[in-house]
Amino acid sequence: MRVSTGSTTGGGSAVGLPRWTFVPAALGGLFVVLPLVAMATRVDWSSYWSLITSESARAALVLSLQTSAASTVACLVLGVPMALVLARCRFPGIDLLRSLVMVPLVLPPVVGGIALLYTFGRRGLLGETLQVAGVQIAFSTAAVVLAQTFVALPFLVTSLEGALRTAGARYEVVAASLGARPTTVLRRVTLPLVWPGLLSGAVLSFARALGEFGATITFAGSLQGVTRTLPLEIYLQRETDPDAAVALSLLLVVVAVLVIAATRRGRSPL
Amino acid sequence: MRKHVAAGIAALAVTVLAGCGTSATGDDGADGDTTTLTVFAAASLQGSFEDLAEQFEAAHEGVDVQLSFAGSSDLVAQIQQGAPADVFASADTANMDKLVADDLVAAPQDFATNTLEIAVPPGNPAGVETLADLADPDVALVLCAPEVPCGAASTKVEEAAGLDLQPVSEEQSVTDVLGKVIAGEADAGLVYVTDVAAAGDDVEGVEFPESADAVNTYPIAPVADATQADLAQEFVDLVLSDDGQQTLAGFGFAGPSPMR
Repeated sequence: MRVSTGSTTGGGSAVGLPRWTFVPAALGGLFVVLPLVAMATRVDWSSYWSLITSESARAALVLSLQTSAASTVACLVLGVPMALVLARCRFPGIDLLRSLVMVPLVLPPVVGGIALLYTFGRRGLLGETLQVAGVQIAFSTAAVVLAQTFVALPFLVTSLEGALRTAGARYEVVAASLGARPTTVLRRVTLPLVWPGLLSGAVLSFARALGEFGATITFAGSLQGVTRTLPLEIYLQRETDPDAAVALSLLLVVVAVLVIAATRRGRSPL
Repeated sequence: MRKHVAAGIAALAVTVLAGCGTSATGDDGADGDTTTLTVFAAASLQGSFEDLAEQFEAAHEGVDVQLSFAGSSDLVAQIQQGAPADVFASADTANMDKLVADDLVAAPQDFATNTLEIAVPPGNPAGVETLADLADPDVALVLCAPEVPCGAASTKVEEAAGLDLQPVSEEQSVTDVLGKVIAGEADAGLVYVTDVAAAGDDVEGVEFPESADAVNTYPIAPVADATQADLAQEFVDLVLSDDGQQTLAGFGFAGPSPMR
């Protein structure tokens, strides 16, 4: 089932692709695009601007962008070393470790929220220690960032680990044999090589953080300007003002598409 | 392997195409043996309506009652989009009125009332005794957002008591409030009497006299284009009957108030 596409010169039809694949491919495309179109048709365009610039909407958008940026940074700080260890080290249990890192990816976010609650909550595993230290995480913006980082981290780790494996260790070995110290090799050879993978991993994490809902509502609560991110605001607006909910949903889609498009363009083909 | 994939895709395509062709007419139960009665009920009615459904099935041979529980506004949205419901029971009159306005139900009847109660974690760590205690900034208070019925009720008692409550979180639903209290994240939350009763030993309830300012009325009605119109009316009658009212009282509900 190996299919080569895209790279063939001469454009037009892809060489060697069975024709029947276009039918399910088109169906799949429709399946993704149609709901977005259906939503756009429900937008009340005359009041769109006022709906997305209301005080609660702006607070939610700003909070979403801030927390998603913060959790992307947290993902980079924790995830890059994790990906390096998983891609380059061999020790017993590493396969199990790799599976565990992926768990938030398959876990329903609500379950992630409950797990975080029992870890960082007031009565959680670390909660009392944190409270003694004067740190109160419950119902704070920090809780939102924790929830987003928890669900977004696997995206960064997987895509960077894949890039590291594809790049291989040849250049690193050469650099080391020429006398470069491990940190220099990492900074001058490894990271530049996997830059596209790192970038797309970071963007995926940001996008996942932006859409985070279940873990946040379970773990962080919902208060305007503090913990109520855009997805939570959309869910709440549905109760009283479906028009506002649809308008905000479209805004979220636009932001997500912009983020993805920006990296597609910035990514050099590997 | 490839064959399986192709078969899977074919099956998927057929499903997708079939999905486009049929409209949701809700004709389940048309076959001779069992008849299905679909009841949409507010989430807070879960325990009591499961009991009532069993009673209804016991009294009606060959009838299967399908229950769907969710927030009242979610259920309203589903019915407006053509979900096949025969009966709708709402946790507040505002949501029922939306369906009345759309001519999707006729003549709803009130069948129960519910009032607010303070829920605190076992042992009441913050020592909450009265509604006024909730205004203490050291008490981590969780409320429903004003946009949802329980939050509207909370705002009403807050205003009637002349208090300025500063919650640490305004949750989406009463279940979310209860969850935060059970987990011990919050020192106190405002929920319904029936929620405290259903939570058992997980929370303690603190009653307060100001709750009389926000009595929530639960209306029920058969849905206008119900496929099982007669059964739907019979189910409504059961809920309003003495037996039905007794069942509801067992879950902490009070009877309907004489006037709205």
